[in-house]
Amino acid sequence: MVIKKPVVITTSKKRSAISDFVFTKEQVRLTGNQEIDSFREKAWKTYQETDIPNTRDEAWRRTDIRALRLGQFQLLSKNQKFSISDIPENLLEPVADGDHGGQIILYGNEVIHRLDEALRENGVIFCDLLTAEQDYPELLAKAIGKIVKPEEGKFSALTGAFAQNGVFLYVPKNVEIETPLHSLLWGAGIDAAQISHIVVYLESGASATFVLEFASETEDKGQSLVTNNIEIYVGPQANFRFVELQSLGRHVWNFTHERVQVDRDGQLDWIFGAIGGHLTKNFAELDLIANGAVGKMSGFYFTDKNQHLDYDSQQNHLATNTTSDLLFKGALVDESRSVWQGMIYVAPGADKTDGYQANRNLLLSKQARADSIPGLEILANDVRCTHGATVGKVDADQVFYLMSRGIARPDAEKLIVEGFFDPIMQRIPFEGVKHRFQKAIADKMGSYLG
Amino acid sequence: MSELVIKNLHVNISGKEILKGLNFTLPKGEVHAIMGPNGTGKSTLAYTLMGHPAYEVTEGEVFFKGVNVLDLEPNERSILGIFLAFQYPVAIPGVTVANFIRSAVNSRRRALKADDKGVPLLEFRKEVKQKMEMLKMDPSFAGRYLNDGFSGGEKKRAEILQMAMLKPEIAILDETDSGLDIDALKIVADGVSTLRGPDLGVVIITHYQRILNYIKPDYVHVMMDGKIVESGESDLALHLEEHGYDWIREKVNGN
Repeated sequence: MVIKKPVVITTSKKRSAISDFVFTKEQVRLTGNQEIDSFREKAWKTYQETDIPNTRDEAWRRTDIRALRLGQFQLLSKNQKFSISDIPENLLEPVADGDHGGQIILYGNEVIHRLDEALRENGVIFCDLLTAEQDYPELLAKAIGKIVKPEEGKFSALTGAFAQNGVFLYVPKNVEIETPLHSLLWGAGIDAAQISHIVVYLESGASATFVLEFASETEDKGQSLVTNNIEIYVGPQANFRFVELQSLGRHVWNFTHERVQVDRDGQLDWIFGAIGGHLTKNFAELDLIANGAVGKMSGFYFTDKNQHLDYDSQQNHLATNTTSDLLFKGALVDESRSVWQGMIYVAPGADKTDGYQANRNLLLSKQARADSIPGLEILANDVRCTHGATVGKVDADQVFYLMSRGIARPDAEKLIVEGFFDPIMQRIPFEGVKHRFQKAIADKMGSYLG
Repeated sequence: MSELVIKNLHVNISGKEILKGLNFTLPKGEVHAIMGPNGTGKSTLAYTLMGHPAYEVTEGEVFFKGVNVLDLEPNERSILGIFLAFQYPVAIPGVTVANFIRSAVNSRRRALKADDKGVPLLEFRKEVKQKMEMLKMDPSFAGRYLNDGFSGGEKKRAEILQMAMLKPEIAILDETDSGLDIDALKIVADGVSTLRGPDLGVVIITHYQRILNYIKPDYVHVMMDGKIVESGESDLALHLEEHGYDWIREKVNGN
C-alpha cells in the first residue's frame, strides 16, 4: 500500500516581509525643544538612509543577524500593562555597598524613581528620559546626541530616533555623590523593541558612581530587541565610576553603542559584565579628549549554550598625557561564541600616551569559540602602548595538581575559572557587583559541570 | 593495614615503558629514600602513585589500606591519605594559597562527612598561621597566587605547608631538595622532620644524598632502569655519595 504524503506549499512572501523594521516617522517623539527635536529628526533621516548591517561590513564580519526577524518588532504601546512584581527581588537589592543614593527602575512603560533629597538640593538630576525632556530640556539638549552620533550605525540611528525612554544623570560642578546610583532597565517581551537612551553629564570636579543594569526573563520562543545608546561626558577633573551589568533573557538580541568622553584630568573607571542575551553586539568607546584624562575599562563575560557576544572596544587617545587600561576576560562553555575586537588609537600629537589592552579567554568546551583581535593605530611619536590577546583551555596539569590535593574535578575546574576571573574581580570596587559576578560564574559552571 | 605495597608495576608514558616491574613496600611510620641517576623512572613512580593521566599502568598493583590505589582518581587517592610533594608545582594564577588549601581541607572533610559545613575560618587561619611559622614563611604568603612567581624555595615550602595542613599518611617527596640552597633545605627538612611520626610514611625521591643528612631514612633503595635494584640501610646513601652509581650499574648489568 502506498501512503501519499501531504503536499505542503510554502511561499517566500513572509520572508521578504520581515527584511526591515517597520517603525515610522510618527513614532519619533518630538519634545518642543528645538535642539532635541532636530537631533531626533536627523537620527530618523540617518536611520532611513542606513542599511541593516551584514557580515560584509568589517565590524559585523563575525556577527550574523540575518535570523533577527526585524519586521516583527513593535514599540511598546501606552496601553500595555506591566507589573513591578515580575522583577526578581535580588535585582532591586543594592549592587554596591550600602544604600543607593537614587534608583530608577524602568519596566515596560512604567517608571519607579527615587533620589535622595540632599542630592536633589545640590542640583543633581537623576530621572528617566521622558521626565528629563519635560523638566530639564535645556540641560538634556546640551548632552544628548553629542557623543554617540546617529551616523555610527543603523542601531545608533534607530535608538537616537525612537528611544522610548532611558536615563538622564546630571551632576553639577564640584558635587560629589558618595552613594551609588542604580538603574534597572527590566524586561523584554516577545516581538517588543525596547529602545533606551542613557545620557550622563558630569560637570567639572563632579564625582559619581552609576550602576546600570539591563535584565529580563527568558522567554521560551520568539525574539526581543533591545537597543541602547549610552553617552557619557566626564568633565575636567570629574571622576566617574560606571558599572554595566547585562543579564538579559536568552531570547534577546541586544545592540548597544556607548561612548565615554573624558575631559582634562578626568577619571573614568568603567566595568562591564555580560552574562545574558542571545546575541549581543556592543560598540564601547573611550575618548580621552584632553590632557591628563584617564580611563580604565574592565570586562567580564561568561557565555553558554548558543549565546553570541561581540564587543568592539576602542580607546581613543586624542590628547597628551592620557592613559587607558583595558582588561576583558571571558569564559565560554557549550557552543557559545565570543568576539572581542579592540583598538587603541593615538591621534597625531597625543604624546605621552600610555595605552594598554588585553583580552583573555578561557574555552571550557571543544565547541566554544572565541575570537580575540587586538589592534593599535599610533600616529604620535612619544607613546607607550601594549596589548595582548589569548584564547586558552583549562590546563590539564593544573587540574591534576588540584585533584592531587583531594579536590574533585568539578571543584578543581571551578577554582581555576574563579582564579582566571580574579584579576577582574580585583578591579571591581563593589562587593555587591562581585557577588553578582561570582554567582554568575557558579551558575554557569553549575550547568556546565552538571 | 596502612602500609603501601607496590607489586610488579609497569608504566608507559607515550607508549614507552618507563617502570618495568617495580616492587616496593613502605611500612607505616617509616622513611624510605629512593635514589638513582636521572631518567631511571623515579618521578614516573611519583606521578603514577598520584594518578597523573599521562602515565599508563600496563601491569601491576598498588595497595594501600586494602584498596587498589590504581582504581582511584587523584582526589580519591589524596583523601585516602597519599600526598605528593611535586618537583615542579604548577602555578594557578588567581587562586590564593589560603583559598586553595581551604578548598582542599574542605574537600577532605566533605568526603568523610557529606553534610560537613567546612572548616571554620578562624580555626583554619590559626592553623595555617602556625604551620607557616614552622616553615618560616611570611604571613603575606597566604594571600599570594599559588606558585605564581614563587622562587624555587618558596614552591617547595608551599608543598610542605600543604602536607602539614592535609596530614597525609603517606608522603612522597619528589626531588624536594632540588633547587634549594642550604638554608631553604634545612627549613624544608625541619618541617618534614616535625611531621614525621608513627602515622606518617615518607618516600624521599632524590638523586643527591644531601637531604638525607637532615631527614634520616630508615631504608635506602636504588632505582635503575625502571626497577629497584638495591636496598639497604641509611649508610647505603653515604656509600652512593662516595662511590657513585657505577658499581651498582656494573652489578646489575655484569651478571
